[in-house]
Formats: sequence, C-alpha cells, structure tokens
Amino acid sequence: MKEHKLLTKRFGEIDPFSIEDFVNVGGYETLKKAMKMTSEEIIYEVEASRITGRGGANFPTYMKMRAMSKETGDMYLVCNADEGEPGNFKDKHLMEKDPHQLIEGMLISAYAVGANRGYIYIRGEYQSAVYLLEHAINEARKHGYLGQDICGKDFHFDLEVRQGAGAYVCGEEFALLESIEGKPGRTRVKPPFPTEAGLFMKPTLINNVETFSTLPHIIEMSGEEYGKLGSSFASGTKLISLSGNVKHKGLYEVEYGTTIRQVIEELGGGVSNGQKINMVQLGGACGPIIPEHLLDMDIDNERFEIFNSKMGAGAIIVIDDRFDLFEILLRTMTFFAHESCGKCAPCREGHIQIVKLLQKFYDTKVTYKDYESLVSLANVIHETALCGLGQTSTTSILATVEFFQYYYQQRIRQSERREWAL
Amino acid sequence: MMNAMINNVSVEVEDGLTILEAARKYNINIPTLCHYPELHINSDCRICSVEIDGRKGLKTACSTPIKDGMNIITNSPRVLNARKTITELILANHDANCTACTRNLNCELQSLAKNLGIDINRFPSVLERKPLDLLNPSLVRNSNRCIKCGRCVDVCKNVQAMHVLETMHRGHEMTVGPAFDEPLNDQTCTFCGQCANVCPVGAIMEKDNTDVVWEKLHDPSVYVMVQIAPAVRVAIGETLDHENGLISNGKLVSALRHLGFDHIYDTNFTADLTIMEEGTELIDRIMNGGVLPMMTSCCPGWINFAEQRHPNIIDHISSCKSPQQMFGTLAKTYYADKSNIDSRDIYVVSVMPCTAKKYEATRKEFRSFYDIPDVDIVLTTRELSKMFRQMGVDFDLIKEEPFDNPFGITTGAAQLFGASGGVMEAALRTVYEIVNKKPLVDINFESVRGLQGIKEATVDLGGKEIKVAVSNGLANTKTLVEQIEAGTSPYTFIEIMACPGGCIGGGGQPYGTTNDVREARLASTYFIDEEMVCRKSHENEMILALYEDYLDEPNSEQAHHLLHTYYEARK
Amino acid sequence: MQIIDVLKKYPASQTSLLEILLEIDRLKDNHYISKEEVHMISEYLGVRTSHVYSVLTFYTLLSTEPRGKHIIQVCKDIPCYVNDAFDVRKTLEKMLNMSVGQTSRDGLFTLEETACIGCCDEAPAMLIDLEPYTNLTRDKIERILASYREVTL
Repeated sequence: MKEHKLLTKRFGEIDPFSIEDFVNVGGYETLKKAMKMTSEEIIYEVEASRITGRGGANFPTYMKMRAMSKETGDMYLVCNADEGEPGNFKDKHLMEKDPHQLIEGMLISAYAVGANRGYIYIRGEYQSAVYLLEHAINEARKHGYLGQDICGKDFHFDLEVRQGAGAYVCGEEFALLESIEGKPGRTRVKPPFPTEAGLFMKPTLINNVETFSTLPHIIEMSGEEYGKLGSSFASGTKLISLSGNVKHKGLYEVEYGTTIRQVIEELGGGVSNGQKINMVQLGGACGPIIPEHLLDMDIDNERFEIFNSKMGAGAIIVIDDRFDLFEILLRTMTFFAHESCGKCAPCREGHIQIVKLLQKFYDTKVTYKDYESLVSLANVIHETALCGLGQTSTTSILATVEFFQYYYQQRIRQSERREWAL
Repeated sequence: MMNAMINNVSVEVEDGLTILEAARKYNINIPTLCHYPELHINSDCRICSVEIDGRKGLKTACSTPIKDGMNIITNSPRVLNARKTITELILANHDANCTACTRNLNCELQSLAKNLGIDINRFPSVLERKPLDLLNPSLVRNSNRCIKCGRCVDVCKNVQAMHVLETMHRGHEMTVGPAFDEPLNDQTCTFCGQCANVCPVGAIMEKDNTDVVWEKLHDPSVYVMVQIAPAVRVAIGETLDHENGLISNGKLVSALRHLGFDHIYDTNFTADLTIMEEGTELIDRIMNGGVLPMMTSCCPGWINFAEQRHPNIIDHISSCKSPQQMFGTLAKTYYADKSNIDSRDIYVVSVMPCTAKKYEATRKEFRSFYDIPDVDIVLTTRELSKMFRQMGVDFDLIKEEPFDNPFGITTGAAQLFGASGGVMEAALRTVYEIVNKKPLVDINFESVRGLQGIKEATVDLGGKEIKVAVSNGLANTKTLVEQIEAGTSPYTFIEIMACPGGCIGGGGQPYGTTNDVREARLASTYFIDEEMVCRKSHENEMILALYEDYLDEPNSEQAHHLLHTYYEARK
Repeated sequence: MQIIDVLKKYPASQTSLLEILLEIDRLKDNHYISKEEVHMISEYLGVRTSHVYSVLTFYTLLSTEPRGKHIIQVCKDIPCYVNDAFDVRKTLEKMLNMSVGQTSRDGLFTLEETACIGCCDEAPAMLIDLEPYTNLTRDKIERILASYREVTL
C-alpha cells in the first residue's frame, strides 16, 4: 500500500519560507477560483466532499460553515493549532512545511462565511511553527493575499498568530477562545455554540489545521471528486502520526479505509527490535488502547463509537510487549490530572482519584473493589464532564477493561497472593 | 409552549426554560450544588446531570434548554450513580468534619450528601490542608472546605464588580482566593460579605465574635449595651423558623435581655439622627454651592469601595458617620457623661446585617476616647441567631418588651435604612418638609423602592426640580460613580448600598438570600414603616430632645465633632 | 528592553494578556513574572490583578517563581516513554545534580517535565528554551548541556 499525498504533496518540494515557491506550484490559484464562486457554492462543495473535522470531533465541516454564513456583523475565523494530544504531530508538520496551504484554506473559508478577521492559535511549545506562520502571514500580506481588497476584489481578511502558554485543555474549542481573549483556558457552557457566540461572543468558525488545509484541495478537485477518496464511512485522506515502537515513525497521509495494521506494518515497517505488538493507542492519550488482533480495522472504524473517540486526530502509538499496561495508564491519567482545567468537579476531583487507583494496580496492591471503583469512576467522568477533555480522558481505561480484562484480573490475583505471602 | 417528557410525565412549558426550571414547575426536584438563583449558570458541579434520550453522556439540567419532544430521565440508576460518585469525589477533597463546622445542618453539601444517601465514600481524602485566612476583622476563609463551586467568584466579580476573588492555578490544585494567593485585605476587599452569603459550605464566613460577647456579658466590671440594626429584625426569623423572617421589636428586645444584655437600644434611633445631619448637610451643599451630587455614607462596603477604587470622588460623600458609629460615639460620650460612667467601662455591641460593619468598627477615626473603639464589637444577624440557639430562646413563648431609652424611640423613616432606597426616602421626607416648609402629601417614594439596581426620582425642593438616584450592588454603583468622574452625573443626591437590595440583602444576613427572600424582607420593612406612628425623622421627639440637651442643632460644631468623619484614599 | 516597552507594543485590552506574559517571561533571564510586573500589566490592561494572576498560574509555560536561565523540559508522555531506553529524566537529573522542578545552583538550568511536544517521530525528545532536541542519547544530552554551559561562559 502507498500513501495518498494531497496535503503533504508539497512537503520537502517547496521552501516553507518562500511564498514564491508556493505560488509557482499553483498556490493561491484555488483561492482565486473560490473567489469566483458564491458562498453557497463553496459550502456546497464542502458538503459534497463529506469532510468532517480533522481535530478529532468529526463534526461535518459544511454545517459549521453554513451556520456561520447565515450570521451577519462581526465574525471570526479561528484555526485550532494547539496540537497537544500526545502522539500527534501532523499540525506541526502542516504548519512548518506548507504554511501557505493553511492560510489559503482559511482565506477560502473566510470568503465563504464572510469573516474578515482570523486567528491561528498555536501552542507555545511550537516556536518554529509560530515563526514560520508569522513569516508566511507577512509574505501573504505583501503579496496581496491578506489585508484589504484581496486579489483586487472587495474581500478583506487578516490573520494573526496567537500563542498558547502550556495548557492541553486549550485544544478544546471554547477553552481556546477563552485563551485568545486573555483568560485561563476554561471552557464555557454550551449552548450557545461558537458559530452562534464564540470569540468575543461573536459568531466564530473554528477548525483544526488539517481541516483548513484540506479546503483548497476540495475546491481545486471539486467536492464530489474529493468525496470519492476514502471509504463509505469517511471521505478523503487523513494524516496519521505514527509513533511508539515502530521502525519508521513519522507522518503518513493515507486514504480513509486504510487499516491500522497497514499503517503500522507497511508504512511503519512493523515493530522495532523484534518485539511483538502488545497494545496500540489510537488518537492519543484520550483514545482507546486496543490489542493486536483488532488492528485490521479501518482507521475510521465505527466500532470505536462506543468510546466516543474513534481515531481522534489520527495518532497511532505502538507499544510493544516490554511495557506494563498499568504504567501506560498511570502515565496517561497523570497527564489528565495535570491538564484538567479544574472547572468541573468530576474532572478536577476524579482524575486524582483515578491516578491513586491506578497506582495501586501498578504497585500490585489492588483489590476487586478498587477495580470496581476504577471502572465506575471512569464511566462517571466520561458521562458527566463538562468538556471534551473529561469526556474522553478515560477512554483508555474503558477500552482496556474490555480488551485487556485479563491484565486487570491478573493484577488483582497477584495482589491477593502478595497479600497472603506477607 | 413546548411538550417534553420528564420521567415519563408529559410536561408542557414555555419556550426558553432549562430542564431544571421545567422540572421544578412539575415538582420534579433535580438536586443542584453550584447553582444559585441570580448568579450565572456555570454548571461546574455536574450534580444536576440527567439522561436525555438520544444524547451521548449525561447533560446538566441547569444549563440545558428543554426542547420539544425531549425525553428526560432524572432518576435512573445511571443518573443517581453519577450524582453520588461526584458527591463522593467532592467530599474526598473537602474538610468534612461536619459537626465541627459553623454550617452544620445548614450546609448545602451536607444536605446533598444526605439526600443522595451517601453512607460511605469509596474515595480516600486527597485534601491538602492550607492555612486559614484570618487576618481581617470581617471575614474568614477556610480553603479546606472550599468546593470550587464558583459562586463567590461570580458574586465578587460580576455583582459587586470587585473581582478580588478568582480561581487560581488549575486542575486539582485549583484554588479560589485573591491575587498572589494572599489573604483578603482592606486595600482590595470591601468586606461586603456577599461571598460568605452565597457560599454553600463553610469556606467563607464572617469572623465569629460571639465568644467575646458572651465573656463581656458575664464580666461584672463592664456595662454592656447592644444596638440592633433595622435590617436584622426583618430577617433573623428566617433562621428561627419564623414566617417572613420578621421578628417584632418587642420579642427581639426580650430575647436580647434573655441573653443577658442590660441596655438594649435601637440603631434606628441614630438612623433618625443621621437623617437630621445628612439632610442638613445636603441642604447646605445645595444652598451654598457645596460639592454635588452628595452621596450617602452609611454603608461601610461602599466607603471601602470609594476609598480603594475611586478616591477622587471622596468629596462627594457625606461627612456623616454611619448610624452604627453615631450610636457608638453617643454611647461613649453623651451616655457616659449623663450616666457618670467611665466610657472605658462601656462595651458597645452592634448587631448588623453586615460583615463590613465589623471592619468599620475597627477604623481609627471611630475612637472618641483613648484608643478604644466607639463600637467594641459587631455581630452579624447570623451570629445573633447563633447566640439565640446557644441559649435556646423560644420565640413563641417569649413576651414583648420595649427598647430601652434614651435610644429607643424611633420612626418609620429609620426602619427604611434597611432597604435600598430607604435612606433616600427617609431623607426626602425630612429635607422636603424643611426646605419647602410644608408637609409632604404622599410620603411614600415608590420610585426608589424595589430591587432594581439603579433607581431614580425627581423631587421639588424650594421650587427647583432635583434628580436623585439610588444604587445597590457595587457593579451598579460603579456606573453612577463613573458618571461623576466623567462630570456627567445629572443627580443632586445619591444613595449607595453595596449589597443587592441594600442591608436586607447584606453579607451578614441569613443564608439563602435570593431575590424572593429579599422581596419578603423588603415587604416586612415597609410594613414596619406603615405601622409606625411617627414616620419622619425630624418628628422624632427624642432626637429633638437630644439636640436640645447635647448637640445644639444639626451640623453644629458639637454635632460635627461627634457625628461626622472623613475619608482617605487607600494605597 | 523595559517591561513598559513590552506593554506598549500591545493594545491595552485583556486579549493581549497571554502574549504580554509570554514575552516578559522570555525577556527575563530568570523567566518569571513578579508581583510588581503583575501590577504593571494589570494597570496597563485595565484588568484586576486577580485576573492576571489567575492566567499566570493557569499556564505551565509561565511561572510566578524565578527560574534558571535555560529551561529544560523533558517530555513525559507515552510516545517518548516507550522509546526511552535510558531514562532521559533521570539522566538529566544526575547530570545536573538536581531533580525535576529545581533550578541549578548556578542559576543556569531549570528542569521541568512537559506534556507531549510533538516530537514523537523523533523520540525521546526535550525542549531547551522551547528549542526541540530529539533522538536523545546519553552522549547527545551531555553535548547539548555542555554547549549551553560554554555559551554562557
């Protein structure tokens, strides 16, 4: 199997610092094409493409755009480049290797919905992406692609880079908007949704870097053509961040319909050092951990609906058989305990208790009651948390309880034996 | 209107309601914790989670609008388990030593745990103890009990526009408190106590002074007198299972006597005196080109606010001491003189609806003799109620008794001091008659009554129409003050009360002060006024006698010396 | 550059707060925001100090306590962990003779842990002053630390 390069096709071919390079290979031509279309025509193409949000929530992109296009007055475009989900690095590559592709995608969206101000919120840890995008925005402005009367038409749009300051939760859309407003990244109560009242309480279209970066390709090849790519579940291509114990870690662009095993074995070259795959975490820290025998699923497999997460933003983390499930879970949950914003009770108070329970598993000092508490708590956090962080944070526990039940039982028995021996 | 199902009961409610509001209309009670009427819905505690058919996860009833055709379940095992689990989690990070807490049996978290039937907590305590904040005279913060519901932050930031309290740090380490994790202090906090009033647990409380008062009551060498503020009597009954919260003056006096007070006086007396002084000051400012608009000075939360945040408008504030402090001064000067008692032996206790009054009593300006404060100690309504409980006073059995004299005869105007707009109304009753030299036809100034944040009225004074304004809640006050700073204020006289509704909604009042409760306290206030024989301060014969005997005339040199004060910018 | 000059670069509205805090933090050798600076920022933006402090204590790239000249952040998440054959964190702790959260006695380094920094394809990785260092080995770490020490000397 091979990659299907669409968003990554210019990677390495052009100098990301050079707008001329981008323009020479046809960059910003799609913008000009889009500007000859009406707002509704563009949104129709996006609808026909069947593209859904690439940040992990999989919401149909056209629906947000249509809701926005009905609004009048001030509105904003926001690009979510706060890529903090462990195991994901696609947005970093998209910004560092083809920044103008993102700007073009945002321009097309802004034109379609009628926004004239946009922000790209990049996590503070991605300094080179910040630098590159600021440079690219300046270049685009100089060449008349940003600012007043873009491409000589009555279309005004400008962009600004905003940096995060170290908060995973700012990847959540409302937390991100709060952060741009100069507040702690704590989410808001929904409704209203961002397309109704987002940044500065104005209608706001917020999309992931990959989603915006895909838009020029949809317009270029038509929504219908783009929609033919991929599978019946999901159209188009997906960037996969492959990491962990594989020979060739890296970023791969594949069509939906590709299986996880194909990515790991055919693109990633399989497990390194002659070990065996024990677990694979999908999506990142907020995703499920699955066993080797489930790897033949598509990267968009509906089976993961039960954990409310599917493939997330497209990370595949391979873990070989040298590693203890409970060490992995403990690290994952410590991460969430640290990254919880503190606003809602189940997330703020729940993760610290989950960490305590997992520590008992890790220390082989666990009882069946602890196991029950762990599962109950993981479910309650998942069901009641205010934002996406808490709603997905315990996916790895819920999934491993299903797929690695053996490990849980074994650790409880080992603890009992250890107790008797003492 | 829309139709939905709640627990298989079909409900028909108007559009725009939340699930919580809709359910309550049908007597389906969904438990809440962080929710508080009149504050923002932040849905932080997640206790009101319910199931909605076809939606993933659980949704909070407080924040989710009910929609046509929704099928909602509020009592499934799944929902109950979630509520219990969250409550256990909150309790595991809470100093749940309930029997040793002021809020025992009056705590929203405790009630929730009881109602949900929590008999064991599966989760170990993760509480990391922090020291108490005890460094100011008004409020105590105990972070070990804080459950991060966000109410105090909301009321401080949005209702009072102070923004002293905020959520600091994040995740499990999140705390609520002032900047730099410092204690509350008089540079930033007005001590209005609204945070304490909305706190569902015992994390912010008034500084309890009941022990000191009990000691003084049993100290034969001191002469203990007590004054009781107008807003206290319309609310304290709420804590004693009395309807409307109203306790008659007679029963209150009798109960105070039960506690052991020898001399029981009414702050309403010095409220009448305040009207004489403040009214005269207003007339003087109008006639002689003084600084206008003049602003009232009886609310210590407002004075703190002005000195901290808007020192440039200090000249607009009346120089009159508050009724509490006028009382304290008279007790230690006039009363001491007349009774031949050393003022050092007089111990003045105030019962106030207010936590800022505790701070006010400690101010250095309010020391007539030596270094002893005019008012020695201030109890809030809640603390007095506590003393009644400690003594086991039974209000049903108790007899009625009049206030003691010379500070016991009062007017309906004085009672109005407890309500927002009341000082204005009382002042207008007097100023109108003095300036226009004719009786007021309708003495009820309806336009300055009620819970609206900013109220206005126009009055004819000596043939000239003057505009007056009344604000309650410091966020509203800010609006009026900024007008003055911009030089655009159209008013001549402005009454300011820091707390929403005025003193009846004070920070020291019984818990659960919602707008419904405020309305009931207001109704009692106006009821008392209507019932009084004398309803205008300048017709209070005891006040007139006091001037004759000791103070000369309003704004005289003696009156200025004793009853007026000054303000200073802080920083 | 003075703090006041930093402030003047930004519009005096709350939305500038995070950018201002980040810039001041990076400007200062000891990478923290002092109480006086919180007051200055609050005055300039017209927001309360409690607000500035709540933002300052929310984000992990910011600090209320003085830190070292160079801030080393070691990734602690799974993709780095499963590729970390020699324990980057412990190695650094040993080489710097301090533990995570501390600042070296010469004030040169502060050692912190960080959430994933998006270098999973070149794990294990760390940041020094937000500059990524990847495919770490013991030797490589030694060379990197030496280079920072040299520049300072």
